[in-house]
Amino acid sequence: MNKPAPSRPPLPDAEHLLAKLLDQMHAVVGPDTGLVGIHTGGVWLAQRLHAGLGIKTPLGTLDVSFYRDDFDQKGLHRNVKTSDLPFDVEGRQLILVDDVLYTGRTIRAAMNVLFDYGRPAGIKLAALVDRGGRELPVAPDFLGGNITLAVSQSIELTRDDAGKLSFKLHEN
Amino acid sequence: MWLDPRNPQLNKNGELHHLLSIDGLPADVLRQILDAAESFAGVTQREVKKVPLLRGKSVFNIFFENSTRTRTTFEIAAKRLSADVINLAIAQSSTSKGESMLDTVANLAAMQADMFVVRHAASGAPYLIAKHVGPDIHVINAGDGRHQHPTQGLLDMFTIRHYKKDFTQLRVAIIGDILHSRVARSQIHALTTLGCPEIRVISPRTLIPADIKSLGVHVYHDLREGLKDVDVVSTLRLQNERMQGALLASGQEFYKYYGITPDKLALAKPDAIVLHPGPMNRGVEIDSSVADGGQSVILPQVNFGIAIRMAVMSIVAGSWRG
Repeated sequence: MNKPAPSRPPLPDAEHLLAKLLDQMHAVVGPDTGLVGIHTGGVWLAQRLHAGLGIKTPLGTLDVSFYRDDFDQKGLHRNVKTSDLPFDVEGRQLILVDDVLYTGRTIRAAMNVLFDYGRPAGIKLAALVDRGGRELPVAPDFLGGNITLAVSQSIELTRDDAGKLSFKLHEN
Repeated sequence: MWLDPRNPQLNKNGELHHLLSIDGLPADVLRQILDAAESFAGVTQREVKKVPLLRGKSVFNIFFENSTRTRTTFEIAAKRLSADVINLAIAQSSTSKGESMLDTVANLAAMQADMFVVRHAASGAPYLIAKHVGPDIHVINAGDGRHQHPTQGLLDMFTIRHYKKDFTQLRVAIIGDILHSRVARSQIHALTTLGCPEIRVISPRTLIPADIKSLGVHVYHDLREGLKDVDVVSTLRLQNERMQGALLASGQEFYKYYGITPDKLALAKPDAIVLHPGPMNRGVEIDSSVADGGQSVILPQVNFGIAIRMAVMSIVAGSWRG
């Protein structure tokens, strides 16, 4: 017998959550703050935050494929991007930016990458949406909003040609 | 059987399980390796040049034939992936006591090896080893006889892509001892798969295999003619130690007709790059002023070689083995 399909939750408006994130972050970031987006959705989000917050330090991007804890099960990610931190990590306040916060494992991997570039003064976490289900002690410092999803569902951030961000639901 | 019987380096999902030859690797696997290497090249520029991907894995460099440079780059690559590396120069050890290659390998497998990097003077030796190891062991060919040297071919592709971006517009010349060169074969297969429209091989008649045209290349015996308007000049090492019989009068004579000198390089495109797999014979296949000149990318090749080997090792180690 087939299980009934999980209900489709209403998807939040990504642009609206982005505005809320900008409001929270304005007071905290300085001109030297290093903003670091995690590929791929986190980079899109970080680009918008970087412009919106007027940060002078160039934007950093991270691919965490080399630090993932599921390498033994899944192998190397098919589409590895290049990490680029165009500033000195040593002693700097950093903000990690990701689109969807879930188990916390990506954030753990991202922090390990950062420490291989140097010892930052501190790291904060900004996420557009939190879907719960944490498996590690990770919590966002800046958050656009929450969503409840079934385990079989996932959401992905997408970007259209005009640069507008929106969410897409996947049934796995 | 978890491997594709027609192409035993790929598993049934088309993923790379062993790297034995560039021949037979589809374009998407080649691009996957080049893309991953791009990312690993960034790692080698960092403060900490290591990533934890192969932590707890054991990589055995088993060299039945000496090659300090190739062994060293594989060793650096494995260490930068956090693997444990064991180097074995078999040429000086067990086989001299009479043990067969497969017995040697079976013994090493019993020591919980995860990966074998194999260099052997006999063509096909890595295939034989790959056929006899268990499903959890990966084999990488680090050069077998006259047959293939796939990571060298891959790092050459990486170098060409780095400087020239697009293979589909390129004219590439491969110059020198094609007959004894496993590098030339690997390059020709990779360039063809990646869509390079014109590959030229330039060599004296005695150093060119009779069947080379079946690979789809253009053959030149005159260096000046062959270098005209090429984008990439790939020089090969004159393999003194592999030469048997009088195929050449002398190194000096080779230099006179086939050595890359500044005036001959001037016939190629002004922005042409010059590659050499090393070790170089200066004044034989390449003039010092070219080797050290502005168009030479020979030293960047060495650095890219580490990134390519990191990419290959991490891709095979992560392939599905179910």
